[in-house]
Amino acid sequence: MDQADIYILAGMALFAIALHALAARRHLVRKVLAINILGGGCFLVLIAVARRAPGPVADPVPHAMVLTGIVVAVSVTAVALILVRRIRSATGRTDFPEDNRDDRV
Amino acid sequence: MVDTSWAAIAVAVPLLAALASLWPGRWTAVAVMAVAVPGALLATLGVVWTVYEIGVYRHPVGGWGAPLGIDLYVDGLAAAFLALLAVVAGLASLHVLADPDVKAMPRRRQSLFWSLWYWVWGALAAMFVSGDAFNIYVTLELATLAGVILVSFGHGAVALFASLRYLLIGTLGALSYVLGVALLYGATGTLDLVLLGERLVPGPAVVVAAALVTVGLAIKAALVPLHIWLPPAHGSAPAGVSAILSALVVKAGFYLLVRYWLGPFVSLGDGVATALGILGAVGVLWGSLNAIRQERLKLLVAYSTVAQVGYLFLLFPLAAAGGHVMAWSGAHLLVLSHATAKAAAFLAAGNILTSQGTDHLSEIGRASHHHRLSLLAFGLAGATLMGLPPSGGFLAKWLMVTAAVETGQWWWAAVLIIGGKLAAIYVYRVVRLGFVTSPMEPPGAAGPPRPPGLLPVPMLTILAALGLAVVSVGLGFASAPPLRLLQIGMPAAPGIALEPLP
Repeated sequence: MDQADIYILAGMALFAIALHALAARRHLVRKVLAINILGGGCFLVLIAVARRAPGPVADPVPHAMVLTGIVVAVSVTAVALILVRRIRSATGRTDFPEDNRDDRV
Repeated sequence: MVDTSWAAIAVAVPLLAALASLWPGRWTAVAVMAVAVPGALLATLGVVWTVYEIGVYRHPVGGWGAPLGIDLYVDGLAAAFLALLAVVAGLASLHVLADPDVKAMPRRRQSLFWSLWYWVWGALAAMFVSGDAFNIYVTLELATLAGVILVSFGHGAVALFASLRYLLIGTLGALSYVLGVALLYGATGTLDLVLLGERLVPGPAVVVAAALVTVGLAIKAALVPLHIWLPPAHGSAPAGVSAILSALVVKAGFYLLVRYWLGPFVSLGDGVATALGILGAVGVLWGSLNAIRQERLKLLVAYSTVAQVGYLFLLFPLAAAGGHVMAWSGAHLLVLSHATAKAAAFLAAGNILTSQGTDHLSEIGRASHHHRLSLLAFGLAGATLMGLPPSGGFLAKWLMVTAAVETGQWWWAAVLIIGGKLAAIYVYRVVRLGFVTSPMEPPGAAGPPRPPGLLPVPMLTILAALGLAVVSVGLGFASAPPLRLLQIGMPAAPGIALEPLP
């Protein structure tokens, strides 16, 4: 197991932690943060995959994918935060009505 | 007409329309539509014609071929989905253009609406012709993001909650997919789906990657139990948006699963094919039973989508067992007929909701004669959903039942038949309302007056719904051309993936 493998496993662990947060946390902003950490896990895996390429330099293709992924993540976060704000101003809620308990901080 | 760049034009037209829609002005929406819809139809015809003439082909975008550049990959399946997209989105555009709910928005919101509308269109077109795993991720996210914002244009806080839930779950699906793609790239060093199939060596990393890709795409396809985001989102969006989300965006997830599991992943075992088939069968039953229980028309139609998507997943076990050509033809003909029928059903439901201000089934019966054309469109679409002959849905299910019987797997045939009966129940619940005579309607009187409190519905919105319903029934009469198209470049049998590189 080399360094890149450790990073890949770390990225997948991060993905799993964020998945738990997305399901368990009720506050909408926490859910948006969980989505961002999910993305972070993916990007870590991609960067580790790039390092694995044979030769002295890292493979640029996964780097380009991470850049694209960051642009997508920023857009998703922006839309999600706007929706959270509009939900708050329309209903005063910061969680889904189906999850009817308060967020445990 | 034989020119590989038609595929690129079919993607570029809606994307340019998305930009042009932002131009301020009273007639922008009409002008953009007058160019974009015929333009997209023409480009799609070009793609279909080219596939007929030269078979499966690749278009190197900007002259940079794979592996350095990103190729567009077009086969019969991609061309058929492009044609479906152009027809459904084109007719639904007419509906949106006349929709009083859209017209009531401030002008600036309208132009945003139209821009996002064409974004969904363009993202789907790009997805259908994409032969690159990462490109597919980008188009998936584009379609979801634009779709999410369009859902939030619906009425009230319900639409906002539905739209945020759709965004969170949809992004989870896309990220699960991209994590799988990252691992696949690590294992094979390529993102091209064809090269991926050639280089894939089954191993633990590839199995994890395939699982992540499959779960991600199953979320997008609303495969039970990953469907919970669908009914609220499709039930609360504006009518035209529900139509394209249910008809096209959900099908995109299925389309990509077909690309992977009858492509690079085909060697990973039949167990997954059976599992997908079982989840599909559960979806048929669960979705139908929930549709029967609904009191609101749009939610009924939305749960019906969960059921109808379930049928499609029977393709995987049927194809794996050797019922290949029948199952392939049947499942994809079902995609075409369900997409047109479901779009028609949502547009008809939207017309009733707009006119009456509610889509509670108990209320619709009170003014049914006012909605008779919309109910007619719903009934025609319902015939396809049930699989009544001679509709497209009948022929598609017939092919799939034949595949099930020929491969000795009668239980899948049972699912298809029971699902059809359950569909008959929920369609009947709605169509029945058309025959309820309301108290103010004297029998035999011509054109009873409109009951008070009902808004008139523009004829164009009714024609759009009727047009789609007629297409969905007509697919049963004119099924030969689409079936011939679908078989161009069909994976020959499990074990042989997409066409090799030229």
